[in-house]
Amino acid sequence: MREGAAAVEIDGLRVVRGGRVVLDDLSLRLPAGRVTGLLGPSGCGKSTLLRSVVGVQVVERGTVRVLGLDAGAPALRARVAYATQAASVYDDLGVEENLRYFAAVLGVPRDDVERVLAEVDLADDADRPVAGLSGGQRSRASLAVALLGAPELLVLDEPTVGLDPVLRADLWGLFRRLADEGRTLLVSSHVMDEAMRCQELILMRDGAILAQETPDALLERTNARDVEDAFLALVRDGGAAVR
Amino acid sequence: MSPTRTAATTRRVVDQLRRDPRTVALLLVVPLALLWLLELVFDAQPATFDRIGPALLALFPFVVMFLVTSVTTLRERTSGTLERLLSMPLGRLDLLVGYLVAFGLVAVVQAALASALMLGLLGLDVDGPAWLLVLVAVVDAILGCALGLFVSAFARTEFQAVQFMPAVVLPQFLLCGLLVPRDELGTVLEAISWALPLSYAVDAMQRITVETGVSARTLVDLAVVCVAIALSVGLGAATLRRRTA
Repeated sequence: MREGAAAVEIDGLRVVRGGRVVLDDLSLRLPAGRVTGLLGPSGCGKSTLLRSVVGVQVVERGTVRVLGLDAGAPALRARVAYATQAASVYDDLGVEENLRYFAAVLGVPRDDVERVLAEVDLADDADRPVAGLSGGQRSRASLAVALLGAPELLVLDEPTVGLDPVLRADLWGLFRRLADEGRTLLVSSHVMDEAMRCQELILMRDGAILAQETPDALLERTNARDVEDAFLALVRDGGAAVR
Repeated sequence: MSPTRTAATTRRVVDQLRRDPRTVALLLVVPLALLWLLELVFDAQPATFDRIGPALLALFPFVVMFLVTSVTTLRERTSGTLERLLSMPLGRLDLLVGYLVAFGLVAVVQAALASALMLGLLGLDVDGPAWLLVLVAVVDAILGCALGLFVSAFARTEFQAVQFMPAVVLPQFLLCGLLVPRDELGTVLEAISWALPLSYAVDAMQRITVETGVSARTLVDLAVVCVAIALSVGLGAATLRRRTA
């Protein structure tokens, strides 16, 4: 048993997109105040699960409770931050202009913009239009929006893809600091080597959860050298080892 | 609705327009060029120009604003920013009204320029007050924005959005009484024409051409167009889904 309340509780979740069952009878508990990594190959349903937690996904069956409320409840809109996989910022505006707008929508003080610009290392590019940025810079601009204010739950869909390793380490450090402040982070990635930076792991494949535990416990249980190996071991066992 | 969030949205859309001077130039210049062309076409028939000029002064900005608004809001949808905004504490009306005010500001400038061109350089002759002519043109351009906001909810791609222009705008043009007076359209078509907002805008314009002063009918026509604007925005908000498949 884990101490502390669950930030997210999902029971029997079933999601159908475009006639295809993406998630079926999925249940999980997400511990509060931790960085949880959601790992799995692309197309396994990670983004759909995250969309369900944020409350922007049409759900066929099951319940998704977030911070004690139904996912997507109006009271959650300022408490849950979300960054989609594709950078969702305005291409034709500058980085800072984007952030100022989202800050106004969130009702966050304007000086918060400078803080998040520094956190994603874009302070020097504040005035540049997003259209002129590199892919990594764009996704950092999008991530910065999710950092505005003091969200209790941050849902980040592949925020570190394509970033330079130094920056990636910095961002994982930032995620960890946010968790230490008591925030809950759910971060997806298809890069298995990012798993060791998480405090908790959820491994996913074909819309089902293979395992949920700490990275060390996972490696120990599967006798694997790294998370990629552990993933393979779990798939070979047909998920039999799942708690 | 929250006034601060609506104003922030307006500000953001205006910022986007400022970063795109070419679009702004097209927005302002195209209706002027079309009206000038109209005057050249009817050079030998000044009476016809005086008769249909005001109606087209209502029509051209309407069409241009419809197109620009529907494509812009569609871009919001496809870029993922709409999904992000709808996961935030932003009211659906905050977003749509924010857009409407921003494009409404453009519409005011556009209609003022077009009216000034018509009444000044092109020598359009109307019996009614000039300010009323400008007002109807502005309200009509805003109607174009509101309809554009509404139909963009049904378009998934830019190609589809552009197709809504002939689908939504041209029937209104055919039935608005400009080609054939509405009472000569036959019972069915006339009944349909009463349900289309552009008919009221064109009626108002035609009345301004021949009536001095401000008649109650013209004010009623304006009110009907304003109701159509409110209805389009309301329906647009109702069709905006926070949850999508």
